[in-house]
Parts: sequence; structure tokens; C-alpha cells
Amino acid sequence: MDTQVLTTILFLSVVALTVGITFWASRQTKTAADYYSGGRSFSGFQNGLAIGGDYMSAASFLGISGAIAVYGYDGFLYSIGFLVAWLVALLLVAEMLRNAGRYTMADQLAFRMQQRPVRTAASISTVVVSIFYLLAQMVGAGSLVALLLGVDSQAIKNITIIGVGVLMIFYVVVGGMKGTTYVQIVKAVLLMIGSALIVVLVLAKFNFNLSDLLGSAAENSGKGEAFLAPGLQYGSSLTSQIDFLSLGLALVLGTAGLPHILIRFYTVPTARDARKSVLWAIGLIGAFYLMTLVLGFGAAALLDRDQVDPAAGGNQNLASPLLAEAVGGGEGSTGGAVLLALIAAVAFATILAVVAGLTLASSSSVAHDLYKGVIKKDSPVTEKDEVKVARIAAFIIGAIAIALSIPAQRLNIAFLVALAFAVAASANLPAIIYNMFWRRFNTRGATWSIYGGLISAVGLVLLSPVMSGLPTSLFPDSDWSIFPLNNPGIVSIPLGFLLGYIGTVTSREPEAEERYTELEVRALTGAGAEGAVSH
Amino acid sequence: MTEHDRAARHDPIYDRLHATPEFAELRHRYRSFVIPATVAFLAWYLLYVVLSNWAGDFMATKVVGHINVALIFGLLQFVTTFGLAWYYARYSQNKLDPLARQLDADYQAGGNA
Repeated sequence: MDTQVLTTILFLSVVALTVGITFWASRQTKTAADYYSGGRSFSGFQNGLAIGGDYMSAASFLGISGAIAVYGYDGFLYSIGFLVAWLVALLLVAEMLRNAGRYTMADQLAFRMQQRPVRTAASISTVVVSIFYLLAQMVGAGSLVALLLGVDSQAIKNITIIGVGVLMIFYVVVGGMKGTTYVQIVKAVLLMIGSALIVVLVLAKFNFNLSDLLGSAAENSGKGEAFLAPGLQYGSSLTSQIDFLSLGLALVLGTAGLPHILIRFYTVPTARDARKSVLWAIGLIGAFYLMTLVLGFGAAALLDRDQVDPAAGGNQNLASPLLAEAVGGGEGSTGGAVLLALIAAVAFATILAVVAGLTLASSSSVAHDLYKGVIKKDSPVTEKDEVKVARIAAFIIGAIAIALSIPAQRLNIAFLVALAFAVAASANLPAIIYNMFWRRFNTRGATWSIYGGLISAVGLVLLSPVMSGLPTSLFPDSDWSIFPLNNPGIVSIPLGFLLGYIGTVTSREPEAEERYTELEVRALTGAGAEGAVSH
Repeated sequence: MTEHDRAARHDPIYDRLHATPEFAELRHRYRSFVIPATVAFLAWYLLYVVLSNWAGDFMATKVVGHINVALIFGLLQFVTTFGLAWYYARYSQNKLDPLARQLDADYQAGGNA
């Protein structure tokens, strides 16, 4: 059986399994709490798996191993930043957010501030971050499928993007949070097993000697020992070194501001379960990122440079699937075909689970924050109407993501995800941290930090070499790049914090300060927090 | 309805709980753990990023076989992340949860009174 047929069968199995789960979950989704938070009835372990499934995206599985395979050690920064970032979520955000909110990131701000301005700001920021992240995943899905089918056809890529978009709308509209969560749990299990299998096969080639693996990677890369040390990708000039620092900041501070991650903390009964779920997630995600090290250096050691290195005509995003083929016996062998198809299906499941989480987060925010909290603020909205609006919003956001993904295919996946992290760290994290730790914080501070972080992060990217001025830019023939860095984090994150501070101290809002007493007691003790829903 | 409709429904029991010595102790224990811990792990992480950028020769020093300082430094970030997460879990179980449970019980009792 050839790879194409096998791959197609495995892809269709992944689709059939997840569609089945979604129909099953839809029968248990009745109320708004079910739709938004799965009835808050998942255990810490289940939610830990689902967080892993929501977080380990195509950028992690395909992007990091590809970056390590091409640039060596510099690619490892992503793994470390993505993991250490979880300490911010664990120590400062997860438990307090669980106690203070109900369904969305905006809830904990609206708890003590003026509903309309903060819900509008938080909702806009949620949708922008989610769409950047969605683009990365869908572009990844397009190139993955096209290259696996062995045809570099634009039509196939476009059809894949539309297909992924339709599936993600289906998961969210039909299955709500419950369906999305189970899809993520299944994906996390598949991803861990699939990666572990390849890691063991790679290590076996080197008699489980990590040093030998690194030695071969360095030799095969053609760059020698420099391949194993930092600096190949970012060490060439002061500008690129500052870019590296900027990326490092965005990675470590972005996670705790990602809306699709934040809403996962609402799916468990108590703050203690939220803590447990982050602990499970840290274990799972840490183990996975350790495996990316072996996958990346394994690809560098075992694949030809023209397979992975873009400078030699390869595709770095396919390092993991091609590595699977190589350790299975190589091109043309049955073992190689099976493993390639298997890992490609795992990557596909990975993409589906992440896009579902993103669509759910952004549509929930549109319905709960914009529709119920702002547009219909002065008239009662039934739960049924609110969920109906959420479903319509999922449909519209899905359609927008499909429409934007098709022209965005020239952009690099890892860049889009790093940008989503930078926007999340600049716009969302300052407001979340100030709100929990600073009594004086108020509506003006919250809106200034959200809009300031959002506009500066997105604006600086538009003025960066990513958009214009270089052969690799989106518009290579023009040059309006006045900002030298690819990643805006080093400017926009401090700016988000600074604007939050200035906005706060230049206005007075005694109600917000008074209400902080209740927020603080509730956040730290769980007194009065939303409980689990039982049927 | 005002923009502060939620604040208008402020329940005085929160003021009472906020004023208890137990709550002050809980907040003190929480903040005195997480603030220094956050500063420490962020500094440790940024040290790693800065060394990767500006101490390339040091990071490239070989330790055993092809394993160099950079790799060990990177793996230590994993070890410290796992270690701090585990330590925080233990700390909150022993030092935070009992106080939080007690205050929550007071809230439930007060709410029914």
C-alpha cells in the first residue's frame, strides 16, 4: 500500500473519531455552562491532558523540531520558553482566574470594572490573538497535506484549509466545550504516543547515546560543533540578538495571556483542580518538549539537508514526518510508509484540536462579552439565545479564518504563533496581573493596557521586516520597515504594563477599588466562586 | 442599571472575611511565595537567554562528549520548572489550602445565617 492511500485512511480515521466524539458530547450539552465550560465537571487530570492538547500546536510539533533540525540549538529556545511560561500560569493566574470568572477572560476584569469598555477591549483582543493563532495552524495544515500527497498544488492546500475550517466550526458548534475537550484529550494521547515511538526509534539508532546523536547531527548539518551551541540563527548581529531576547520574552509571558488556554481553567470544579490540571499539563508539556529535542537533532542527523533546510530547497515544517519515515525504514519501505502516515495523522489531529480550542475561545467571548455584556447589556438575554449567538459567532470566526488563511500561506508558521504570543503577553497579561494584585487598578488602566499592548504589538509587526524590505517578507518588493525586529515583545510588553499603570494613576474609580475586596477574597479562597454543574 | 451593577450588589460578608487575621495570613503566605518565586524563575530564564546571546563561547564549552554547557543549561530550565511546580503544589497543599477551606466554610456559614 502506498503512503498516499495509507495517509488518507489514517486522516479519515482521525476525522471519523473526532466527529463521533463531538456527536456524543453534543447530547450532553444543554446549558450555557455546558457549552462554555463543559459544566465545569472535568477532573484535574482530564483538564491537564486537554490543556496539553490545546497548547502543543502544529508550531510545536512541526515548527520546533524543524527549527532545531535547521538551526540546531537556537530552535531549542522555543521549547524552553513555551515550558517555563507555565510557571506564570501556575503561580499567578490559573487558580485566581478560576475563582473570579465564569466563562471568558473578560469576566475577571468585569468583576470590578465598567462592563462595556472592559468587555469590549478584552473581546477584541481575544479575537485578534485567536485569529493570528488560527492562521498559523491552518496554513500548517495546508502545507502538511499538500506535501504528504506529494503534490505542491495550491488547490489542494486551499481545499485542506477549507476542510479544516469546516471541521473546527463543526466541533465547536455541535460539541461545545465538552466535545472540544475530548477532541483535545484524544489528540494529546495520540501526540505523546506518536512522538515517544519516534524518539525511541531515533535513540535506538544511536544505542541510546545522546552524545552520539548530537555528534552525528552536528556532522551531518555541515556546520560542525557550532550547530550544538547558540547563535546560528540569531547570533549574527546585535539586532538579531535583541530579536532573540524579544522572542524569549514573548514566549515566557504569552502563555498566561492566551484566551484559549485561560478558558480551560473554567472547566474544572474548583481552583485546586485548576492547579492540578496545570501540574499535569506541565509534566506532559515538559516531556513533550524534551522529545522535540531528540526529534529535531534526530532529523538533523538522519535526514538529508535538502529535505529539511529551506536554504537547500527543503521544508523545515516536515522534519518530524520525514524523520518518522526515515526511522521506519526509509522512503519506499513499508515501515517508512506506515510511520510517515501515522505521524502525519497525529500532526493533523494536533491541528484540529488546537483550532477547535481557538474557535471556542473567540466565539465564547463574542457571545458572552460583546453580545450579552455590551450589546444587550440592558435587556435580559436567555441562555439559549446566548449559546445560539456563540454558535453563530463560531461560524463567522471560522469563515474569517478560512478567508484570511488562503492569502496568508506565504507567512511562516512559527512567526505567526510567536506573534500571537507577543500580542497575548502585551495586551492580556498586564491587565490580568494588575487586576489580581493591584487594588488601585481600574477601567481606564485596563482598557489602556489592552488597547495599547494590542495596537503596539500588531503595529510594530506591520512596520517590521516581516512585512516588507527583505526577500523573505510578505511584500518583498516594497520597504516601509522602520522597526528592525521581527518580534515586537521587547517593546510592546513593557508598553502594555506601562500604559496600564499610567491609565490607572490618572483616573479614580472608588467602586473598582471597593469591589477589589470581594475579588481578592473570592480569588484566594474560592468563596462564592462558580461551582460545577450537575445534571 | 448602572455600569457598576455588580458592585452595587456587594455582599458585606466579603468585607468581614477580608478583615479576618486568617485572610491576612493567607494573602501573606500566597504573595510571599509567588512573588519571589516569579522573580527568581524569570531571572533564571532571562539569564539563560542572555548567556545564549552574549556568552556563546562559554555556552559552547564541551562537558561530556558532544554535550555542552548550553544543553545542560537548557535541560536545567526543565529541571527547575518541574521542581518549582512540585514545590508550589506541596506548599499550597500544606500552607494555603487549609486556610482557604476554612474561610470558604465561614463564607458558606455566613451566607446561610
